[in-house]
Amino acid sequence: MADPPCPGTRVMDHLNHGAASSGPLSWPASDVVILVVLTAAASGYGMALWVARERGRWPVHRALFWYLGLMAAGAGLVGPVAEAAHSSFTAHMTGHLLLGMIAPVLLVLAGPITVGLRALPVPAAKALARMLRSPLVRVAAHPVTALVLNGGGLWALYATDLYPLMHASPVIHALVHAHILLAGYVFAASLVGVDPNPHPTSMRLRSAVLIVFIAVHSILAKWLYANPPAGVEEADARIGAQLMYYGGDAVDVMLIVLLFAGWYSATWRRHSTDGVKPVRGLRRGARSASPRRPDADGKEPADPGYRWSRQES
Amino acid sequence: MSTVKPPENASSLEPDRGTILSGFLFGCGIAASMIDLFIFHLALHWHHFYDLSTTEVALTVDGFFHAFGWFITIWGLFLLADVRRRAEVVWARWTGAVLAGVGLFQLLDGVLNHKILGIHQIRYNVDLLLYDVVWIGSAVIVLLLGAFVLWRTRHARARV
Repeated sequence: MADPPCPGTRVMDHLNHGAASSGPLSWPASDVVILVVLTAAASGYGMALWVARERGRWPVHRALFWYLGLMAAGAGLVGPVAEAAHSSFTAHMTGHLLLGMIAPVLLVLAGPITVGLRALPVPAAKALARMLRSPLVRVAAHPVTALVLNGGGLWALYATDLYPLMHASPVIHALVHAHILLAGYVFAASLVGVDPNPHPTSMRLRSAVLIVFIAVHSILAKWLYANPPAGVEEADARIGAQLMYYGGDAVDVMLIVLLFAGWYSATWRRHSTDGVKPVRGLRRGARSASPRRPDADGKEPADPGYRWSRQES
Repeated sequence: MSTVKPPENASSLEPDRGTILSGFLFGCGIAASMIDLFIFHLALHWHHFYDLSTTEVALTVDGFFHAFGWFITIWGLFLLADVRRRAEVVWARWTGAVLAGVGLFQLLDGVLNHKILGIHQIRYNVDLLLYDVVWIGSAVIVLLLGAFVLWRTRHARARV
């Protein structure tokens, strides 16, 4: 449970940007690290596409998603929104939406693992595929694990003293933000990922996980409206909580649509075995974008969507 | 009413049942996620975003209501798309099912949320009796209207 808010003590009033801080990282240094990581991600994706240009066309919209996703993450981490987030809960929530919800969905839709598999030399690609098939990844990338990390992280941030702590220490700040982005990515990938998934889960399970997540997110937003985190003023908390509620809704609706779009094309493939032509269908870039590469056993499975899986689903 | 199956099996529904289920889910869903939000919260400001008197149970139930509302709205639309690619949709039957869904949800909302759980009232600082009668009465009328349309179109089923 959160401490009762104490009006008058603003978290960040005594911490000026650029002032000497207690941690080994100071604010500007962490900004540099963030920019270096984002630039590496941007150039890595581009280089991988260049290396694999012989492998056929990669859909332009996927590359676009990658760069938009990096921009969303960057906007949440450095610049005016991140700057204002040190003193304003509403700005913090704007950055959180960008970093924890919008960026992960865009990055997942860019299919970075597929891009990597296309570009890597065969031994390295096989090693990566082996790693993806490992039990550790199966557990870590399971929708329920991702749900707990994502939802639990949110509760921990807002219902404990983590929120004020985060703004007092650049190291905790960096760790919390890294967790938000990574947990968001794994969560989105486990539900609506376009990359080959060696551990596919059922539509039923993914639906249940998504419903629980949406419920938790909206319950937390309304709870924050009435119980601001330590050191946040009431009016600020109310605007931030409503932003979390309605902004979260917009992204959640996108996730549901993507989940059903996957179901829609998968069920049609199951139907079309009886030779009926679809009257109407959604265009899918994901299938054609799969890497043309034999799997670890050296044979080409029938369905490129599950190219790296042991069992044919 | 057909039994609700998980989405995985939904595509094997025969087209008429798919049409009914799609309309019903979509009707419940728009009543839950849009009618309440756009008309009563945003346009009329009759409901608050959050009543400070809300209990934790009510908050939790409301959160799940909210999640299901969006989920079944979109599920209903994708089911409709699935029926369309396999057969001709009988729009009258779909519309009847939508009306039945809207009516049933508003009835649940009016009785369970407003009266039993007390999540929020329709309006504040007014005598609620008239509002409750209109809300629950209109829900029953819409539900019956949907059922009537479904009964009238019972011979016009979708064929593959």
